[in-house]
Amino acid sequence: MVGYLFLLVAWPVSLVVTKAFADGTTGIRAILEDPDVVHALQLTVVVALCAVVINTVFGVGMSLLLVRQEFPGKRALSALVDLPLSVSPIVVGLALVLVYGGRNGWFGPTLEEHGLRVIFATPGMVLATAFVALPLVIREVVPVLHEIGTDQEVAARSLGANSWQIFWRITLPAIKWAVVYGVVLSLARSLGEFGAVKVVSGNVLGETRTATLVVEEKYLNFDQQGAYATAFLLAMVSVACIVIVSLVRPRGHR
Amino acid sequence: MSALAPEADRPATRRRPARSTLTPASGLGLGIAVLWFSLLVLIPLCAVIVTAVDGGWQIFWATITNEQTFAAIRLTVLAAAAVTVVNAVMGTAIAWVLVRDRFWGRGVLEVLIDIPFALPTIVAGLVLLSLYGTDSPLGIDVANQPASVFLAYLFVTLPFVVRMVQPVLEELDTDVEEAASSLGASRLTTFRRVILPSLTPAIAAGSALSFARGVSEYGALVLLSGNLPFKTEVTSVRILGSVENNNLAAAASVATLLLVISLSVIVLLDVLQRRVSRRG
Amino acid sequence: MSIEVKNVSKSFGDFVALEDVNVSIGSGQLTALLGPSGGGKSTLLRIIAGLESADSGSITIEGREATSLPPQKRNVGFVFQHYAAFKHLSVARNVAFGLEIRKRPKAEIKARVEELLELVHLSQFGHRLPAQLSGGQRQRMALARALAVEPSVLLLDEPFGALDAKVRKELRDWLRRLHDEVHVTTVFVTHDQEEALEVADQIVVINEGRVEQIGTPDELYDHPANEFVMSFLGEVTTLSGRLVRPHDVQMQTAPQVPEALEGQVSRMLRIGFEVRVTVLTTDGQEIVATMTRTQARSLGLAEGAPVWVSHLPGAEGVDVPAHGVLAAS
Repeated sequence: MVGYLFLLVAWPVSLVVTKAFADGTTGIRAILEDPDVVHALQLTVVVALCAVVINTVFGVGMSLLLVRQEFPGKRALSALVDLPLSVSPIVVGLALVLVYGGRNGWFGPTLEEHGLRVIFATPGMVLATAFVALPLVIREVVPVLHEIGTDQEVAARSLGANSWQIFWRITLPAIKWAVVYGVVLSLARSLGEFGAVKVVSGNVLGETRTATLVVEEKYLNFDQQGAYATAFLLAMVSVACIVIVSLVRPRGHR
Repeated sequence: MSALAPEADRPATRRRPARSTLTPASGLGLGIAVLWFSLLVLIPLCAVIVTAVDGGWQIFWATITNEQTFAAIRLTVLAAAAVTVVNAVMGTAIAWVLVRDRFWGRGVLEVLIDIPFALPTIVAGLVLLSLYGTDSPLGIDVANQPASVFLAYLFVTLPFVVRMVQPVLEELDTDVEEAASSLGASRLTTFRRVILPSLTPAIAAGSALSFARGVSEYGALVLLSGNLPFKTEVTSVRILGSVENNNLAAAASVATLLLVISLSVIVLLDVLQRRVSRRG
Repeated sequence: MSIEVKNVSKSFGDFVALEDVNVSIGSGQLTALLGPSGGGKSTLLRIIAGLESADSGSITIEGREATSLPPQKRNVGFVFQHYAAFKHLSVARNVAFGLEIRKRPKAEIKARVEELLELVHLSQFGHRLPAQLSGGQRQRMALARALAVEPSVLLLDEPFGALDAKVRKELRDWLRRLHDEVHVTTVFVTHDQEEALEVADQIVVINEGRVEQIGTPDELYDHPANEFVMSFLGEVTTLSGRLVRPHDVQMQTAPQVPEALEGQVSRMLRIGFEVRVTVLTTDGQEIVATMTRTQARSLGLAEGAPVWVSHLPGAEGVDVPAHGVLAAS
């Protein structure tokens, strides 16, 4: 068992670390001095943050609607919300290109006439990233909303609070940690998105190339050192994310 | 793992009929949420299907039965199915160890399980390449071999069965097992007749998820497999190829096939989910 | 009248929770809604609070038409069975919640919270989180929280239901005393007849969505309107086609009254100070009587002894209808 996990996960991951530091810190320093890589890292962070903010607002709102309200089509909606988890990133990219593509997309040409370029630009990358990470906040928040029940909210209402006050003073503090976990997981997923972004970004050096695309590019151009160093930076962030989640999360909460 | 757990049983005085409870404000919120969801997810996915069937059924059929495409689909489905079987067994075993055994380093193991979830897929590919690539320290080189697809799938789908089975196993009372053994059942019989039946829905749900994830994977295998047509090319790579050749209709046709698989998994999960929660 | 409930009906799907209910609750009174679980009493309380809406009928609170008012505008205090404590706020912040919502000045809130914590004996716990309190303390905090906004009526839904027997008893004595101090119109739901009889000024017995009887504890106990009220309020036994209280069964060792039935003691059970005697009469009825140990001893009762049983003169009873007897509670 442990051997299986060691061969499949632990050893390969540790090899990336050793390869990234094969020449000491020069590899890392080299990529941090490369303006194209730095730009890619900045772009990655901007795109990921936008997607996380959108998904957090959408996710919390959607969770409240799915748990606290009754409406026709609720069951279908709650199943569909999970859909992005099992759609191939390539299909996600393709789907967005078909709708928002500048030349032949359903809405793309109209949007471009109004000066909004989506595909092969940052908005498309934000959309792609938001798509793939969409369910993560909802999946964390929904079970907690079920668990805390409506007692506290009803009590607050009987004490004179309106819906807005109930949300900010009672519901949000109660689901705070679930939202934090959801945000951290979304952030890890958003920073690391590759396939969907590859399709919609156009992968233009210094413009729409993100960190994951840099990894592929460097590897295919036989710059192994650079690829491993960039991969190490990405891996650091994502591993840090899950370690934070598993440390902060109370026992028995999954 | 479906976003909506069924309502817990409530006393009769609190039961609500299944009608709308929306106020104007929450109705507006729902409207905005559904609009955004449609713009981001539903309309684009519909566009894929519409584009696929636009040219008629025959063209669609011809596209997905194209020799190279068919080879890619076959490799994808076979590798995903094989991985799913391995995960069903290994995932259950890992979940069992994590729940039942107390040992030093359990926390590290927990984190290890989650790494494939969190690691960017392209990095995952690089990670595997470092141990199982051309200069493998183990002398195992699967790069550019069909086995690389299997390996990449195995890595990215590792957490699914474990994370589905674990909570069910935690809820399972040990006194049921003790009762079984007090009635004379051997450990194996107890596992087969008492524990396994209660885990089956969770294992099935985890397997379905890992199958869906496997079929749709791209990033983790792109560096590892070499994308050789008829040999290591998988469906998602094939779709990307069509997109890059600006043949969106062909891409959409193959994508539709993947979407059908994803949708069936969602439906299956929804059914299984209800069964899991009913047992709980 | 402080609360006026008129012709209120409510169904959940096929289930009829309340059917044409009419109740008047006087100002400053402590009223119990008593009945078995699922009988509709909690639904009625929630309708008064505005947490559920009635299908038909009207609610008036302090002379103000309240039927379609949202809960936050009814000026009612509501206390929940499971406390509904705001887990992330300290005890003092919990109590202050309603006042903060009403944007009262800080100094006023502070003074009022201190006063209330004093009233519910939680002064030294103000800074604690609800999780650090016992069940009884949490319920007192919930009560202070509801009282903080000076509600015109205080509604309590099975307030002691989640507590163990001893705390429960302490808390209901305390509620009675608190009510005598504060005098706010109070309605509480309970399925425990002892609790209702001990604490309430007025009891409303609700069963299967209908009001069975309204009255003071004495009226209900001494003059029950029907066999349901009689059997729900205390133990009953059937004597010659009438429901009577076991302590109203007269037992003699010789036939002294003409209507006395002859029988034999079939079982004697001692429970604390009380003795429960089961008598099997010659015409086949099984009658239960209770008496003190002293009485039992002075009659020289023993299993198999011949006895004559009759209804104590002047004591109430209810005729049993032909379709049978309700189980004694």
